[in-house]
Amino acid sequence: MGGDVESYKTPVGRVQGLGSAKSGFRHWWGQRVTAVALVPLVLWLGFGLAVYGSADYEAARAWVAGPVTAVLWIVALAAALYHAALGLQVVIEDYVDGDGMKVVAILAAQAFCILLAVGGIIAVLRIVLGG
Amino acid sequence: MQTKNNRPLSPHLTIYRPQITSMLSISHRASGVLLALAAVLLVWWLSALAVGPEYFATVQGVLGSGLGRIVLFFVSLAVFYHLCNGIRHLVWDTVHGFELEAVHRGGWIVVAAAVVLTVAVWSAAYLWRA
Ligand code: HEM
Repeated sequence: MGGDVESYKTPVGRVQGLGSAKSGFRHWWGQRVTAVALVPLVLWLGFGLAVYGSADYEAARAWVAGPVTAVLWIVALAAALYHAALGLQVVIEDYVDGDGMKVVAILAAQAFCILLAVGGIIAVLRIVLGG
Repeated sequence: MQTKNNRPLSPHLTIYRPQITSMLSISHRASGVLLALAAVLLVWWLSALAVGPEYFATVQGVLGSGLGRIVLFFVSLAVFYHLCNGIRHLVWDTVHGFELEAVHRGGWIVVAAAVVLTVAVWSAAYLWRA
């Protein structure tokens, strides 16, 4: 993801490895790439959950464990929580005062998103492997 | 100072009356933060499915309760609002749609599309549940 970032930079920007706000462009671009990917993924997940979310245990498990659905689940979790981490960072930068507090809050938001993504992906893998 | 009252103001909550533009803008942020929190419910449900039938039944009971359904209803509305308005953001990023009329029209389209998708997903939940 974001493999094209370099092609958008000027030679100077590339040499310095710094955007206008240090990592601003990469952040902005990551939020857009994940947003585009999330449009179909979230539509699929929303309607899938509507149909299977209140199904009985076996039916719900069989749905998540399908080879295509399991991969889509993992991609959706990773994209959504990466997008959320980037988004929460912007919100924190806007509202939290003080550099120290800002860093702490951003790290906490990132930890929250990473834990959820890892927890969700482990759950999908356990369902696939039947553990 | 004479000129004071004529100075341009940046958007300011106590100065500008609420308008569709500002309301939808803050709603994008609010819905994004709500979705990040709602991801906890999603992973909780998924983990219960991984753990086993008894725990899954407990979680289904909570999420399917009256209060659970109300929460999920607002989460689904936030999902579809954020999705539709996110598309509008992506269009803006291509430097299109900034005429005031387009901004207003787009705003109402987003609200309508979010409502339609929310109704559709709940219809699917009640009509086609597996
Ligand atoms: C469904 C497809 C989605 C699309 C098209 C989308 C689109 C976007 C876009 C374009 C932005 C940047 C807005 C800006 O520049 O001000 C954004 C921000 C954000 N999104 Fe999403 N998003 C989606 C799903 C999600 C999900 C699933 C979550 C949470 C898990 C989420 C959480 C956030 C947050 C927290 C922000 C930051 C809000 C802000 O800066 O005001 N989004 N989204």
